[in-house]
Amino acid sequence: MADVLNVTDETFDEEILNSEIPAMVDFWAEWCGPCKMVSPVVEELAREYKGRIKIASMDVDGNRQTPGRFGIRNIPTLILFKGGEVAQTIIGAYPKSYIDEEIKKLL
Amino acid sequence: MEDLIIIGAGPAGLTAGLYAARARLKTIIMERFSPGGQILTTDWVENYPGFPDGISGFELVDRMKRQSEKFGVEIRNQEVLGLELTPEKKTLVTDKGHLETKSLVLAIGATPQKLGIAGEDLLTGKGVSYCATCDGPFYRDQEVAVIGGGDTAVEEALFLTRYAGKVYLIHRRDELRATKLLRERAFAEEKIEPVWDTIPTRIVGEAGLEGIDLKNVKTGQESRLSVQGVFIFIGYKPNSELVDGKLELDNLGFVVTNNDMETSVAGVFAAGDIRSKALRQVSTAVGEGATAAFAAEKYIEELMHSGSE
Repeated sequence: MADVLNVTDETFDEEILNSEIPAMVDFWAEWCGPCKMVSPVVEELAREYKGRIKIASMDVDGNRQTPGRFGIRNIPTLILFKGGEVAQTIIGAYPKSYIDEEIKKLL
Repeated sequence: MEDLIIIGAGPAGLTAGLYAARARLKTIIMERFSPGGQILTTDWVENYPGFPDGISGFELVDRMKRQSEKFGVEIRNQEVLGLELTPEKKTLVTDKGHLETKSLVLAIGATPQKLGIAGEDLLTGKGVSYCATCDGPFYRDQEVAVIGGGDTAVEEALFLTRYAGKVYLIHRRDELRATKLLRERAFAEEKIEPVWDTIPTRIVGEAGLEGIDLKNVKTGQESRLSVQGVFIFIGYKPNSELVDGKLELDNLGFVVTNNDMETSVAGVFAAGDIRSKALRQVSTAVGEGATAAFAAEKYIEELMHSGSE
């Protein structure tokens, strides 16, 4: 995951809520098959939006606090942030075209 | 123009790709997510032949993918947005332009069926789930309900007992449809409590799931069950948006094919869960993928012969 920033409970606020540009966080875990389906899509989007949208991922297995803060009970979940606020939540695996449209709304 | 394009890189598509590549057809598999299909959702596969100790869904398809790629199949991470199908030419519309091919294999699969009751969409992701392996760990020591009575419902209920304190298995009849072995396991498991002759009528909660309203279909009695999670496993609906109106479908929307995987349009074949058939498994998908590739190869040969006459 070269262009996708790994965030943790400790770094989340700094990297995502305090980010100057809009951000998208992919919440995933090793044991989650559909999360693996979404990863290549997230990586591609990270390449395409480099510099314009901060694309990050969080392993919910090692980071329990942040998912709890946002009421996440399902994965994969993508949350889009703008100005420190939740702009959109995408629950479940969706194709790139759908996620891309939601990202464009942030710009 | 390609020889063969396969849409879908689940077990059916990957096997079709494997056989096509070995037949030296110019083959591309189009996959909008990452290879694997629905089997990625499951924790453990015990009934795929060749694996007496079972294998994870992920590892099984990973092996299939590597095998196909070894023989030269190209898998493109791209979504097909539309199709134009004629006996002469098949055109695929993607966000990066058009692709044309002599033959097409549709291995586009199915997605979990929804109940279609109030509260279901609102609470999806907030207690309502269609994937136990994805979401089970969020329910440690809590009480959850599984809706369904087939193999998937029972398997996933058993899987959930690793995390949940209690699993209510709610089924609309008084007998499970699941394989007998699975039934035995479910009844032997203390944490699973079957709830017979019952359907959910409403999913309750605002910010998060609070419970489900139930109705006994024999007595009409209504009740509310307080649970923190609801897992819905009531079947699959075909991903037939791409072919609706273009191919013959059965009354449930699955693609009608013959024993050679031929659809109602010459040169278009279907394999795997998208087909109208009795049994949807990895083992059947694999056989159909191979058959479809073989039929596509014959079709292309005939095209070449009739061209040169």
